[in-house]
Amino acid sequence: MNTTDLEPKVLKLFLEVAPDVDAAQLDRAAPFRDQFDFDSMDTLNFAIALNREFAIEIPETDYRHLASLKQAVNYVRNAISGAAAHNQSS
Amino acid sequence: MAVEFLMPSLGPDMASGTLVEWRVNPGDVVKRGNVIALVETSKGVIDVEVFTDGTVLKLLVEPGTTVPVGAPLAELSGTATEAPPRSEGPAATPAPAAAALHAETREAAHPVRPGFKASPAAKAKALALGIALEGLTGSGPDGAITLDDVARQAASVTAPPTLRDVVARAMSRSKREIPHYYLSLTCDFTASQAWLEQHNAHASVVDRILPAALFVAAVAKAARALPGFNGYYGDHGFAQAEAVHVGMAIALRGGRLVAPALLDADRKTAPTLMAELRDLTARVRSGHMRGSEMSQATITVTSLGEEGVDVVLPVIHPPQVAIVGVGSLVVRPWIVGGVVSAAPVVTLSLAADHRVSDGRTGARFLASIRDALQTPEAL
Repeated sequence: MNTTDLEPKVLKLFLEVAPDVDAAQLDRAAPFRDQFDFDSMDTLNFAIALNREFAIEIPETDYRHLASLKQAVNYVRNAISGAAAHNQSS
Repeated sequence: MAVEFLMPSLGPDMASGTLVEWRVNPGDVVKRGNVIALVETSKGVIDVEVFTDGTVLKLLVEPGTTVPVGAPLAELSGTATEAPPRSEGPAATPAPAAAALHAETREAAHPVRPGFKASPAAKAKALALGIALEGLTGSGPDGAITLDDVARQAASVTAPPTLRDVVARAMSRSKREIPHYYLSLTCDFTASQAWLEQHNAHASVVDRILPAALFVAAVAKAARALPGFNGYYGDHGFAQAEAVHVGMAIALRGGRLVAPALLDADRKTAPTLMAELRDLTARVRSGHMRGSEMSQATITVTSLGEEGVDVVLPVIHPPQVAIVGVGSLVVRPWIVGGVVSAAPVVTLSLAADHRVSDGRTGARFLASIRDALQTPEAL
């Protein structure tokens, strides 16, 4: 997958989980929790959306890497490239 | 036989609602439980289900129209009209009034006195809302005052209440009428945490369980086992509910709060409750609550654990008689068999109606929740 257009895709999934959030107000580096009262249920729904869209497994212990848009994009990028490298070596 | 689909009561404080959108057209076949309309209330836009099987004959109300609770919205073919979902509630809720209106709306408008006409439904609604019919201009046949006229007058007199107003009214009524008593109990969460970690490590992300599902399951089982905490207090005293519908207080962004119900929670496992809770939270936060979920809770759970508080002293949602608070999950020194160790603990609290139960049964109720949390695999 081309990773340059990852951020709009991740943002779109975030907005599906939190449709009442104004995307224009989003600070991509700040935690969702601090900006939008994001709680554990929102985080879980976000992880499920990322899992479905990108076919990546996200262990519970990795939820903390999904705290902001910037972090989530990085996490997904690493997960995808990790899976690609794994597939090539096998 | 034609039956009428009425504006439902989606909460004890709802007087009227605005039809936002029809999800059906005349000729469509509907089944009990189908969402057929979206209605805007002070709680937001709510998906309204139909409570009978049949065919849509006629839509009586245009989108954008505000009508009182109990006013007909559509005509369906069918054999029976069942009561709106609040049938378990006390007589003080608007459902019986809605049923009465249903019976009356089919009668033709008739004069009250010479030169003054109003439909029976309009009269009943005007009486309920405290609106004088004498000042109104009728838009019905021969200038008769219709339900629409009364609804228009009601809307012009009082602005629709905001969700904050609704919460304020319910909480004021609660503190005015309900003699609360409060108990709290700190529980060892070690067994539950171990079970959750093990379950979640092997589960796909979509099947993972949060502690909230265990709390709801444990509260539902305690509510079924012990009388006096699950039901409604109405004009004729306490009525124990047969089903256990656990209301879950869910904060919406922007400081609003709703408590839709997980239906028949006592008969569901924690994984099932988790799936429903996740779906419910997502729908509520995206504005797709269902009418039946909004009005049916028989007991409520509120969790402020993620906000970092130790203990919640909650306010009962009338006409319910109990609410369970869940504090933060924290690691604390804990002594078992004379040995101090670090254990995850949570403080549960109970606010209950002293007209219905007392501290001793309340203590047993909390202990029952604690005990259920020690065997999470059975939840």
